[in-house]
Formats: sequence, structure tokens, C-alpha cells
Amino acid sequence: MNNEQFEPTIIGFTCNWCSYRAADLAGTARMKYPPNIRLIRLMCSGRLDPTFVFKALTNGADGVMITGCHPGECHYLEQNYKALRRFHLIRRTLQGLGVEPNRVKLVWASAAEGAKFTNEVKSFVEEIRALGPLNWGGAGGNGHRVETQIPEEVPA
Amino acid sequence: MSDKPKFAMYWAASCGGCEIAVLNIHEKILDVDANFDVVFWPVAMDAKYKDVEAMEDGSILLTLFNGGIRNDENEHIAKLLRRKSKLLVAFGSCANEGCIPGLANLSPVGEIVTTAFNTVSTDNPNQIYPRTSFDTPEGEIHIPTLYPRLKTLDQVVDVDYYMPGCPPESHQIAAVIDLVVQVLQGKAQLPPKGAVIGAGTSTVCDECKRTRHVKTITSFKRIFGQPIDPSLCLLEQGIPCNGIATRDGCNARCPSAGAQCIGCYGPAEGVVDYGARLITGFASVIESNDPDQIDRILDGIPDPTGQFYRFNLAGSLMKAGVSAWKKEKV
Repeated sequence: MNNEQFEPTIIGFTCNWCSYRAADLAGTARMKYPPNIRLIRLMCSGRLDPTFVFKALTNGADGVMITGCHPGECHYLEQNYKALRRFHLIRRTLQGLGVEPNRVKLVWASAAEGAKFTNEVKSFVEEIRALGPLNWGGAGGNGHRVETQIPEEVPA
Repeated sequence: MSDKPKFAMYWAASCGGCEIAVLNIHEKILDVDANFDVVFWPVAMDAKYKDVEAMEDGSILLTLFNGGIRNDENEHIAKLLRRKSKLLVAFGSCANEGCIPGLANLSPVGEIVTTAFNTVSTDNPNQIYPRTSFDTPEGEIHIPTLYPRLKTLDQVVDVDYYMPGCPPESHQIAAVIDLVVQVLQGKAQLPPKGAVIGAGTSTVCDECKRTRHVKTITSFKRIFGQPIDPSLCLLEQGIPCNGIATRDGCNARCPSAGAQCIGCYGPAEGVVDYGARLITGFASVIESNDPDQIDRILDGIPDPTGQFYRFNLAGSLMKAGVSAWKKEKV
């Protein structure tokens, strides 16, 4: 596939108290960012179960962006640090599984940082576009599949 | 042939430890013989596939199927036994979630074959590799074809019950046989289809006798090379113990013996992805908020994939290598 025509599908997890509002601010301020990202609101980046990331990647997402409050500013005191540690461990595990760790990105964005949020989305979309489609598990990437498909057998 | 209910056991891609575990139930094996007619069990008795094919559909009451689906023979027998059995049990970790054979999903088939037939330790000067079909004067003979990845039993056929463990503990096997015998005598009812039998619903930590406090980990260590407190939680001491996400049912055998849980009983009830749950747990107890220090602490887990998916790779969400090996032609 020609990478210039490839439009990645990206799942973004946002925190209710900061990055979701940053995305809101970007919207009300008419800032533009690529439509490749689908945002899912969590109450906190600490709510992010790594299962969500793996499920997104196996169901057609090409990248996952985890966003949360800046260190020290978590609404729930220090859950964003847990997200930070999980992020590190997710990347290491993905590397072992043969997935480029850069397909998962962690961004801190406060409610006032609509511009930072749009810039991070823009640059992440370009990074994933450069990496190419993940196409893990043969899923179509329409975002509605629950079960991953098992590929046809090929003779050894 | 007696009119006793029929019992079968089969091994696909597995080590044979599950069969040993079944025989390890001691005198209970006599109950199996008293209540069942063993019709097919390649490890224990002589039987031909065509004998099974000749049986009526659904004529075997209970089939314990251990091993993953790695080649076309495995798949053929899995489908055959599914057709012939009323109750098909995914028995042991391989059939449930891939287990150790499932770790080969991290490598393409070509690499696996090369490792087996042409490495430093294997003398193969003429580069002889197995072929799936071969012409002899008596006719063409076939050996099973390797699949690009190992599948769990329920990725291939419909499974009635799941019995985890590598291997399932003998007292759990005995309990399950007791249950089936009671069902046959009308004294008990079968659990709902799809249930996990012969195991608990909580985690290994629930059965573990070690004392626990708030965990604050500043470094991960190997189990050897330093003194280990025999009564304190292993994870608290920095030993990466998988008990926090692993299903109970083994009486916390490894932690009681001074070794960390490696997760052979698979994910605890309600856990979708075993490794993801462990990542959540381990990340939560690391005592550092500094990215560089977190990185240094995580260096203590040199192989996170092996740590989190040792038994669970083929059954995990990522399943390992699906897209990469799909295109492969060896």
C-alpha cells in the first residue's frame, strides 16, 4: 500500500478532567486536527486497562494515543503516574510481540492545551502513517468487530 | 463392548504431562475404569483413528482434549472428537490458552523448522528437512502439515468445559471425575456450558499463605542469588510473581514451595487478557514516578512477553504474530 494514501485509524484515550477538555477546547476554538483519531473518554488515564490498548490494536487500530493530566496534576492525586508505568510496560511487551512500540504514545495535556493536543494528534498521525498499517489479526479496522479473525492456514 | 459411558483422551501439541497428571490421581483411576469404557486414549492404549471415525456421532460421553492445534492432524482429530463427543473438555493449559507450545507463535514456521533440524546442536550436513508428502514404491505417504501458528482448542471447535493448569492438579482432576460420576448417578448436575471446571474463581494470592502488605517495588529480582523471606509475599520482595492475575485451584503450590507463580492456571475469572492484567498490577506497585527510574526498574523484567504470556500467548488478545506469519510461505 502506498503510505501517502494510507489513512491510519487511531484510538485516543482521554481523561475527563484534562485532555478531553483540551480536545473540547480545540473544537470550540475551531482548531483543526486530522479525523483519524477516535477519542474515548475515561474518567482518568489511570482507568486505562492495557486490555483496551491490545483490544484496539487487534481490532483494526494502527495506533493508540493515551492522554492524561500533567504529572502532579492528576484529579485523583497520582493515577496518571500509574498510566505512565503501564505505558512503559505496554511498549516493552508490544516490542516482544513484534509490534512497533511507537504505535502507542503517551501525551500529557491540560484542559487549557487545545493547541498542544491538536499538534500531538497531527504529529502522531504522521508517525503512524510512516509506520504503515498494522493490520493485526486480519480485522478490517471498521471499529465494530469484537472477535478477531483467525487467518487461513498456509502449508509449512 | 460394555454399555458403560465412553471416555476418550487425546493429546495434540502438548508434552504429555496432562496424561501423567490423569494417571497421578492414584486409585481414582479405578473409578474411571469402573464407570467408563475407555475407547480412545493414544498414550494408554492402542486405537486407530478409523475406529473413532466408525463410532456413532455423540457416542463418547466425555473427551479430555489436551494440547493446542499446531498441525492438520491435530485439527482433524479435534473436529472428529468434537463430532463424536457429548462433552468436550479443553484439558490443560495447551488446549485452553496455548501454553509453552504457543510461545512458538512468536517465530515464523521456517524459523521453527530450522531450529529443530539445522542448528549448531543438530548435525544435518545434507540439509534434510521433513516433507509433508513423499513417494515410496508402496504409494505416497503423508506427515502432518505445520500451521503458521498454534491455535487453542476453542479457536478451532466448540468447547463445552475448560479445565486449566499445566498440568491440572491431580486433586482437581479427581474432583471433576467424582462430579461426572455423580452426574451419571443422578446425584449432581453439570455446570453450565462454557464453565471453567476443576479450578477456583479467584486468584492464586487468595490461596497463598504468605503475608501481604502494601507493595512498593524499587527493583525486580530473580528468584535466586539473594535471600528470600519464606513468609513474606514474593512480589513485595521484588520477585515478579504472577499470582495476582492467575486463577486459583492449585493451592498456591509454587509460592508455598518458595518459587514465584508463573501463571499456569491461566487468567482469573473475568480477565480478558492475562498479560494486560499483569501489566496493570505490576505497573501499579512500582514505587517511582520518574520515567528514567521506571525504565531502570522495568529492566528487571528482561522478557516482558515471556513473563506475562508464558502460558497465555496463543489465547491472548494479540495472539502473537498473526499478521506477520499469515503472509509467510515456507
